[in-house]
Amino acid sequence: MRHIISILLENESGALSRVAGLFSARGYNIESLTVAPTEDASLSRMTIVTSGSDEVIEQITKQLNKLIEVVKVFDLSDGEHIERELMLVKVRAVGGGREEMKRLADIFRGRIVGVTDKDYIIELTGPGSKLDAFLGAIDCSLILETVRTGASGIGRGDRILKV
Amino acid sequence: MELNGAEITVRCLQEEGVDYVFGYPGGSVLYIYDELFKQDKVKHILVRHEQGAVHAADGYSRSTEKIGVALVTSGPGVTNAVTGIATAYMDSSPLVVITGQVPTHAIGQDAFQECDTVGITRPCVKHNFLVKDVKDIAPTLKKAFYIARTGRPGPVVVDIPKDVTAAKAEFEYPKTVSMRSYNPTIKGHAGQIQKAIQLLSRAQRPMIYAGGGVVLGNAAAELTQMVRGLGFPCTNTLMGLGGYPASDAQYVGMLGMHGTYEANMAMQHCDVLLAIGARFDDRVIGNPVHFFEEPRTIIHIDIDPSSISKRVKVDVPIVGNVREVLQELNKQLAAHKVKPDADALKAWWSEIDLWRSRDCLKYDRTASIIKPQLVVEKLYEITGGDAYITSDVGQHQMWAAQFYKFNKPRRWINSGGLGTMGFGLPSAVGVQLAHPGETVACITGEASIQMCIQELSTCKQYHLPIKIINLNNRYMGMVRQWQEFFHGNRYSESYMDALPDFVKLAESYGHVGMRIEKPADIEGALKEAFARKDQLVFMDFLTDQTENVFPMVPGGKGLSEMILV
Repeated sequence: MRHIISILLENESGALSRVAGLFSARGYNIESLTVAPTEDASLSRMTIVTSGSDEVIEQITKQLNKLIEVVKVFDLSDGEHIERELMLVKVRAVGGGREEMKRLADIFRGRIVGVTDKDYIIELTGPGSKLDAFLGAIDCSLILETVRTGASGIGRGDRILKV
Repeated sequence: MELNGAEITVRCLQEEGVDYVFGYPGGSVLYIYDELFKQDKVKHILVRHEQGAVHAADGYSRSTEKIGVALVTSGPGVTNAVTGIATAYMDSSPLVVITGQVPTHAIGQDAFQECDTVGITRPCVKHNFLVKDVKDIAPTLKKAFYIARTGRPGPVVVDIPKDVTAAKAEFEYPKTVSMRSYNPTIKGHAGQIQKAIQLLSRAQRPMIYAGGGVVLGNAAAELTQMVRGLGFPCTNTLMGLGGYPASDAQYVGMLGMHGTYEANMAMQHCDVLLAIGARFDDRVIGNPVHFFEEPRTIIHIDIDPSSISKRVKVDVPIVGNVREVLQELNKQLAAHKVKPDADALKAWWSEIDLWRSRDCLKYDRTASIIKPQLVVEKLYEITGGDAYITSDVGQHQMWAAQFYKFNKPRRWINSGGLGTMGFGLPSAVGVQLAHPGETVACITGEASIQMCIQELSTCKQYHLPIKIINLNNRYMGMVRQWQEFFHGNRYSESYMDALPDFVKLAESYGHVGMRIEKPADIEGALKEAFARKDQLVFMDFLTDQTENVFPMVPGGKGLSEMILV
């Protein structure tokens, strides 16, 4: 089953490689991994999307907690949460296709953030499935380049991950 | 007053009460060696290879419960030390390994003797640090010692660039450590302990399975009190030998791949299993699917939450320091006046005694060639079971574990997790230094001993009267055994050709060498060797080349699918 795990860890050089190294050394999946400092500059927050049986996810959580620089681990998928991912996609947009592409971006609530006479750069935010749907909706020969951040997530209501 | 980083480093070691540092100098650690030279509180032991330094620190630690300290230079010093660090990591041995690094401005430039120490050691340390500022040396070393010894112990590497050891700062050793991200659980959960008590009191076929955590956690006395109080059978893992006295009637021997028939059968057929400081690894329970074919309730005490339900699903986990939890358990057992079902226990013991009567460790005692088991048995008799025994890895290690009855913890020093050939001699160096007047023997084989044989020179330099018991069968015995059983007797590259004359070799290092070829000579030779209190004696026993270790649970099989003699 797919899980989205949030981690608060010391914002120190090498902390990221400890987490990434743990996943590769123990053969756990990483679908995506994002990390950035928090409002408290001494802490980073990482979001990992992974998958595995309940036993594997339990081990992942325990092994993460065992890392000395990890302060807290929180499996967002245990409850209500919001999950978002950002994608930038550069598409060919010429002639009649320009208007069509603009309409499609609007339907997905995407924004055009870069324009040349041959292409658009479209910014799209949402759950991964929405980004997949957008890519599925356009003619793949028109896609010049895509970049995605991987998912970030936050718990709803009282589910707060803080030191 | 401002001190340079090297002096700060040495002062930190003094503050931690370190008496021995095992190491090897080199370019990046010259300032630290200069400071070691100027003082005499911390004694330096010069090994002949960095792997030996870490193993020696490890042996020192395992035999004393203190932290072992090693010091090596950058680059090859570090890569040589990695085997030692990984060995300590797999067996949860608390070490602080200080490594030199090229100057900060040269890091990342592919400088001479540079390697990414933090990167290379990351998967085999409990934690590691790169110290980039001289002001951080003292707080980092304080943390390193704290992390190494607390929670589930393990090796910590502190990498210090050369310019940082030359730079100056005020020295103050921190009194306390506080880390928001590291707070190991000590006390067991009271509710879980209650559940455990209920299960133990209702058990019909109980079994206690104690591992290295009992030895590392200094809980042997508490374990013994509990096992005797309950009257239950107890087995120790390879790492846990000595945690429960081996000559006790309730001891059913070591379990696992080369464990006794009775220990493995009792593990397989018990209804309540109490696992203490053990981790159900593949060499212990064999195939976990087979293990689960028999229903049983499992209680598991361990300091490391990630050891619980890792390979085997546990019913009652208790996370905590093994000693604290056992003390609490003993208190509660006494308070509740827990009396196990006497009839059920009697029936269970008669079943176990039936398994025992298979005499699974029997071997031919009348053979005309030396049987390795006989050497270990004689060694046990002659040392009164009171020696510190280190070992290498292979058949000799298993025979040592099966036939030397360890009655005290921290007497059996071996590489159980990583299985590092070459561990025996250098770890004996650390053990002998920690226990100057005591008997230290290294049980080894002609293949293993050659992996760190250079440490014979260290033994000479520091007058270490270690007794080396070389069970020489001219084969990498365990490899040969597997090839015989599973690879159609094709002994691919397992014959040890071109062996040195070990007697002359020992003599060339300034030690005493002996060759023993007949069973009748074993006892006399051992007596003569152990009478030489101030000399290292290398005893080369020419043993039966075809002898195998039994019983054996083949890889991937279940505990009750043993091959017996």
